[in-house]
Amino acid sequence: MALLDLDPKVVATARELAARAAEPVVSIAKAHTTVAVERATLRLAGITGADSTHRAGDVPWVNRVIDTVREQCGLEHGVVLPAFHALKQHNLGTLTELAEATAAGQIQFKVPTGKDLTAARKAATSAVARGIRTVDRNRAQRDKLITRLGDPAQRPWIYLIVATGDIDEDVVQAQNAARAGADIIAVIRSTGQSLLDYVPEGATHHGFAGTYATQENFRIMRAALDDVSKEVGRYVRLTNYASGLCMPEIAVLAGLQRLDMMLNDSMYGILFRDINPIRTFVDQRFSRQVHARAGIIINTGEDNYLTTADAVDAAHTVTVSQLLNEHFAHEAGLPDHLLGLGHAFEINPKVPDSFRLELAHALLARELFPDAPLKWMPPTKHMTGDVFNGYLLDGFFNLAGVLTGQSILLVGMMTEAVVTPFLSDRDLALQNVRYVLNAAGNLAEDFRPAPDGLIVKRAHQVLGEAVDLLERIVDDGLLNAIADGTFGLMKRPADQGKGADGVVEKAEAYFNPASEMLEASND
Amino acid sequence: MTDSKRYVRPYGDTTGDGMIQTSFTLPIPFGPKADGAAQQLANKMGMDPAMVVHSHPIGDDFTFFVVYGSVKHLVDLDEVKVVEREYPLLSPAEVNTTLKKVLRRKLVVVGGCIGTDAHTVGIDAILNIKGFAGEKGLEYYRELKVVNLGAQVSVPELVRRARTEKADAVLISQVVTQRDAHILNTQEMSAAFREAMGDKRPLLVAGGPRFDPLMAAELGVDRVFSRGTTPGEVASYLVHAMQAKKGVAA
Repeated sequence: MALLDLDPKVVATARELAARAAEPVVSIAKAHTTVAVERATLRLAGITGADSTHRAGDVPWVNRVIDTVREQCGLEHGVVLPAFHALKQHNLGTLTELAEATAAGQIQFKVPTGKDLTAARKAATSAVARGIRTVDRNRAQRDKLITRLGDPAQRPWIYLIVATGDIDEDVVQAQNAARAGADIIAVIRSTGQSLLDYVPEGATHHGFAGTYATQENFRIMRAALDDVSKEVGRYVRLTNYASGLCMPEIAVLAGLQRLDMMLNDSMYGILFRDINPIRTFVDQRFSRQVHARAGIIINTGEDNYLTTADAVDAAHTVTVSQLLNEHFAHEAGLPDHLLGLGHAFEINPKVPDSFRLELAHALLARELFPDAPLKWMPPTKHMTGDVFNGYLLDGFFNLAGVLTGQSILLVGMMTEAVVTPFLSDRDLALQNVRYVLNAAGNLAEDFRPAPDGLIVKRAHQVLGEAVDLLERIVDDGLLNAIADGTFGLMKRPADQGKGADGVVEKAEAYFNPASEMLEASND
Repeated sequence: MTDSKRYVRPYGDTTGDGMIQTSFTLPIPFGPKADGAAQQLANKMGMDPAMVVHSHPIGDDFTFFVVYGSVKHLVDLDEVKVVEREYPLLSPAEVNTTLKKVLRRKLVVVGGCIGTDAHTVGIDAILNIKGFAGEKGLEYYRELKVVNLGAQVSVPELVRRARTEKADAVLISQVVTQRDAHILNTQEMSAAFREAMGDKRPLLVAGGPRFDPLMAAELGVDRVFSRGTTPGEVASYLVHAMQAKKGVAA
């Protein structure tokens, strides 16, 4: 039920402006491919494994193939045509064999023509279709398990993070967290991973402040959560990160291993990891198409704006980012129920009425996106190491979450910014959530902010500021706005940033069966 | 009179009572034996008498405790060694005027997170104009030229950029501390600067929540800043260090 009395015309204007701001970027995204999109396509077509004899350590086979194809005949026609043509020419059984032959220097790639072209298209299409079918089967399997085991009994769903660096330890912590009440487990990635231009292979045990996202780690954790789901009688969801330079590939791996949610923000990589803007928008579009097909809920990263900028001054940038994320997601085929748009409880607790302002911002997000599973993120910036104060702040965060109908609640830790959470910190944090849910879970029923009160006025003000900013972005162009430091104060010009050299303009005859199937499935 | 005190004990509600509280988890099932075990640990930690005021199970195999008690230890203030701020705190205007006088050009600061560390929150808090704790970052200072290289800067890249920018000071931030990454990375960095530039190397400053300011020598840097450092402190330090350098040169 609407409490803020938002003007539907203003809301419609905001959406229309977001669409206009996004439109040129979508065109650019459609006109380009990237090394990561091409690698993701080959992964759908079945390539696995890594070259363990390479001097740089384990280099995934897919990287060897893409790099060689690019060197020899370019990627502007897509990787599948030269790859599947070579497969046939050399009479090789699998893409992995092709990769081995490539590494041995036995393959000369070229873009096929005539009958060869038709044959390569056909072979590539059927290989990629097999990958897509696996993604489809996983989606059906998730639906089946949810029907059998059930969803969490309450909203918000309780989202807990594990991050030991070692997948085996993660499994122990994740299963214990599920037993203690977690509905969603997120495995935080190793801090270095977002800027790696390849996906590591195999089970890993030595991450930094997190565990590497690999296909094998995904498989291990999903299997462990399937076991514990049976035990606790509800389907426990698994989250990882489709961000950084390998966004599309990780999206594919998530689809192949039945992950349930993925961090996937349209601008996070640009602003906070200095990844090239074009690379990000191209990668993001493909990865979201894959998520849409896989039925994966995306989690966007608006919390990050509030940790770098002031949470009151920059409140409207969150709204703008949510609207842009929504538009990019819809455009890529994601329906509302898969849009875990993010926001966070980051106002300085010393600001007068900070809790009322938090309620205003949280309600605004709720009412702007009524059908989206909003992700509500806990205080981090004002967690000082005073764990007692932090515990109180987390309690208010939880209360704001239930009072404003948030859908996914990332459980705050009082040890935020101090140490990685102890077993007891996680237990205390869950007690905090349970207490608030039990004591005030239905308080929303009685909650009617006064029509002319601070909460309602503040929400209107933030929406107004968001519309103003969107107007400026439309005038200026989104890429220019990003270059000028409009978001999170970071200036990111479109021709700079990491991974820029991995962007390739598509040729007229570009062919990618994955893109074709994914675009078709979104119509 | 408080200044002259040499020995102190923790203060609960009465001078000299030595009262503290602590909490911890033991990997044993909840029950009387667990409480006894917590009591024993507290005693060994120097709490005597110790009261286990709360315990509860975490799963089947762990128990969490809250313990209050009096510690028998005394703190000898004469033995406490810390790095006291060796320079005056200056306002941005004072920083600008002093630098202008001392250098007659802008002071160049190159900063970034080295190694695999992608957490730019620390370096950004110091460098970004937005700043931290109500203080504007170094970008705000007219007489500072700030080059923020961001996350995951390799050491060779940092040295190269410091050289091309003619950096007076290099600020590195390290948040991730797993397996002492912050220490190893910083040592690698300072060694690289020594090797590449010798005495002409820029001022090296390391910052991060888990650094100890006493570690400067061990890390091979000129100054270490820890948790809670504000941009103003860093700017004031840079001025102080530049003055010292000029003083030596003159």
